[in-house]
Amino acid sequence: MSHSPLIASLSRHKLTVCLLVLQVALTCAIVCNVASIIGHRMAQMRLPSGVAENELALIESISVDETANQLARHDADLATLRAIPGVSMVAAVDALPFSGNNWSNGIALVPNGPALTTATAYNGTQDAMHVLGMHLVAGRLFLPEEYIPLDAAHDWSGINHVPSTIVTRALAAKLFPGQEPLGKVIYPGDGPVRIVGVVDHLLRPTLDESEGSDYSTLFPMLPDTADVTYVMRTAPQDRERVLKQAQKVLAGLDSNRVLRRPQSFTQMREDYFRRDRTMITLLLSAALSLLLVTAAGIAGLASFWVQQRRRSIGIRRAVGATRRDILRYFQTENGVIVGAGAVLGVILAYALNMLLMQHYALQRLPWLYVPVGGLALCLLGQLAVLGPALRASGVPPVVATRG
Amino acid sequence: MLGYYATTAISSLRRSKALAALMVLVIGLGIGASMTMITIFHVLSGDPLPGRSDQLYAPVIDPRPLARDHSESAEPDGNFTWPDAMNLLHAQRADRQAVMAGGAVPVRPQQSGELPFYETGRYVTADFFGMFKVPFASGHGWRSEDDESRARIVVLNSELNRKLFGNTPSIGRTVRLKNADFRVVGVLDDWRPQPQFYAQLNGRVFGKTDQFFLPLQTAQDLNLDFNGRMSCWDSGGRTSEHCVWLQFWVQLDSTAKAEAYRQFLGSYWREQQAHGRMPRPAHAHLFGLMDWLTRQHAIPDDLRLQLSLSLGFLAVCMINVVGLLLATFLRRGGEISVRRALGARRWDIFLQLGVESCVIGLAGGLLGLGIACLGLWSVRQRPDGYAQLAQMDASMLFGTFVLALVASVIAGLLPAWRACRIPPALQLKTQ
Repeated sequence: MSHSPLIASLSRHKLTVCLLVLQVALTCAIVCNVASIIGHRMAQMRLPSGVAENELALIESISVDETANQLARHDADLATLRAIPGVSMVAAVDALPFSGNNWSNGIALVPNGPALTTATAYNGTQDAMHVLGMHLVAGRLFLPEEYIPLDAAHDWSGINHVPSTIVTRALAAKLFPGQEPLGKVIYPGDGPVRIVGVVDHLLRPTLDESEGSDYSTLFPMLPDTADVTYVMRTAPQDRERVLKQAQKVLAGLDSNRVLRRPQSFTQMREDYFRRDRTMITLLLSAALSLLLVTAAGIAGLASFWVQQRRRSIGIRRAVGATRRDILRYFQTENGVIVGAGAVLGVILAYALNMLLMQHYALQRLPWLYVPVGGLALCLLGQLAVLGPALRASGVPPVVATRG
Repeated sequence: MLGYYATTAISSLRRSKALAALMVLVIGLGIGASMTMITIFHVLSGDPLPGRSDQLYAPVIDPRPLARDHSESAEPDGNFTWPDAMNLLHAQRADRQAVMAGGAVPVRPQQSGELPFYETGRYVTADFFGMFKVPFASGHGWRSEDDESRARIVVLNSELNRKLFGNTPSIGRTVRLKNADFRVVGVLDDWRPQPQFYAQLNGRVFGKTDQFFLPLQTAQDLNLDFNGRMSCWDSGGRTSEHCVWLQFWVQLDSTAKAEAYRQFLGSYWREQQAHGRMPRPAHAHLFGLMDWLTRQHAIPDDLRLQLSLSLGFLAVCMINVVGLLLATFLRRGGEISVRRALGARRWDIFLQLGVESCVIGLAGGLLGLGIACLGLWSVRQRPDGYAQLAQMDASMLFGTFVLALVASVIAGLLPAWRACRIPPALQLKTQ
């Protein structure tokens, strides 16, 4: 059976058909882009931080007395925290993934050379890597004799003298693509630093849109700032209790300090992504409303057309068309319109993506989203038209003789 | 006649209840979503200092060395080095000028045994209070002599004042910040300009307030902690000419003075070049306050994206309604051609159908208003700083209806035009 009557009938409703095509195209373009934004944000939220997230309890301590020997204070604090029942290991660190407190250095491969990229510097006491549960995939841990103070009092000058570093796999691949990073020398400060180990992941304290979210360096430098974060490794169910006790014993040891943000790592991660979660909910509801409105529009117009054509349907039935034929007719008609809309939508989706990339820090639309979006819309169209089409196929041939 | 059209409109809508309800719902959703976002934008792009903002300017110079790689942004971030800020402050070429930086200090309560707590505030110079018309509940700011003598004085905002002193008068009393005692000279009347325009703008400037203000030179003297973004290209620390971190604002009472100040900035830049500093081409800027907020993207990107999305949604909704209206109008082809045959002009038909789409638009607007209120309520539940500002005001209420009416009239135009071209009585033959 040829579909020429279909085309002929569509051409009688040019304006309506054009509107419907335009609506489907716009919906397709917007939904594809929204889906890609959601996908990107979800991917960011799922990035592995590289630490044992479920077993960490954190508390930040800021000593008000700056003249004191901070290293000795931290040691005293650590000894006290270690004595809390349920705490298996403790360490003092200057930053953590999602902590927002970011110290980045430009990394050069020759002295005073141009920086290839920037990477976060993480520093901590000797147990830090154990406590955080990081995965060393190559090389060795720091040796006790490699540790030096950060020397925050003199412009963090420890970075100019530190002998060794452990880097993330992502950073190693960026600095030395295709080469063995172990033993290579980098220049994060004035002096040469040898790479002695590689960890699989360690996210930076703040994520951005660039590919460098996992560019981190670990240094054997002891935090000697007044502001330090204590990390306690403990069983997940003990975290609350350990934090309460930690606050109490630290305040008891020295009340001349500010204790901030006692929290589990899980909590810190959740807080970090709170805005993204709101945004995802919002984007999801926007996409769903769009699809719903478009489906309602398709169904509304289809049922209107069915009503308008009752006589013609009756005649077709009277001259021999089966119910299936009528059903198929409306489904095909819908397929043609929505399909045309989806094709136009694909072009619009890319155009919209270009526009968004220009105005916001958004990524290129992954190509897979577009055909999937188009197909989804076609499917939605078929679903929306099913009701009216079934009603059309129920029109009895006797209608032809009336009116 | 319009009243009659309105009655016929309602009765004809009654005849196709489902379709009418669908149209009202779709307009309502579109209007509701877009009005939620437009209202938020309206509130957030408001003037933080009405009556004074047009005299306030943010000067921008670029002290950085010539670019070494492509990764750094071409535009300077508007922050100043200590020497530049002090030179411009002491030049006194504007009606008022102030240098400032964000700070965070441990505050030590008077009662022994209570742990110190952190508070964020600002290190400023004397003109800050007069320039920004800061309202005092009691006391006053300080004079530039106090800046120079590194006076240990502080102005408290109402919240911190209440926290430290309750309801007792606090002027003249002492607050211990970090390791030094400060004398309270003034208490503010809960000053919280939104956004906090004078700070470094980073997309999270809404909802923040400063709880204390103390002289910048004193803070530098005591090495109090700076809070914010500092970028350095060489060593030397924060008072060196290699670190930008300070904000500098000027008050200029006329555009002529603003032009003169721009000239002055340019000559300052060239003068520094003569001393071997500031090697980039001298191109000083002077941005008005509102201009500055726009340039610095004070409104978060996520919100701008949400606004675009809601407008896109409205567009799809409108196209949908145009299609549905077209369908309902054309279905009444018979009725229309009878009316035309009885002598109605095209204009009459157009008007009648126009009134009908207005009725739908008004109903949709009402629904949209409800949805927008619901939307704003849900925004207020967000944890962001701007959330509490998301309130409907009279102008936005009015705006909702105007938008609904304009949208529905525009949506009705095309279908009405198409329907009024139905020739008289021709349709009768086919019935």
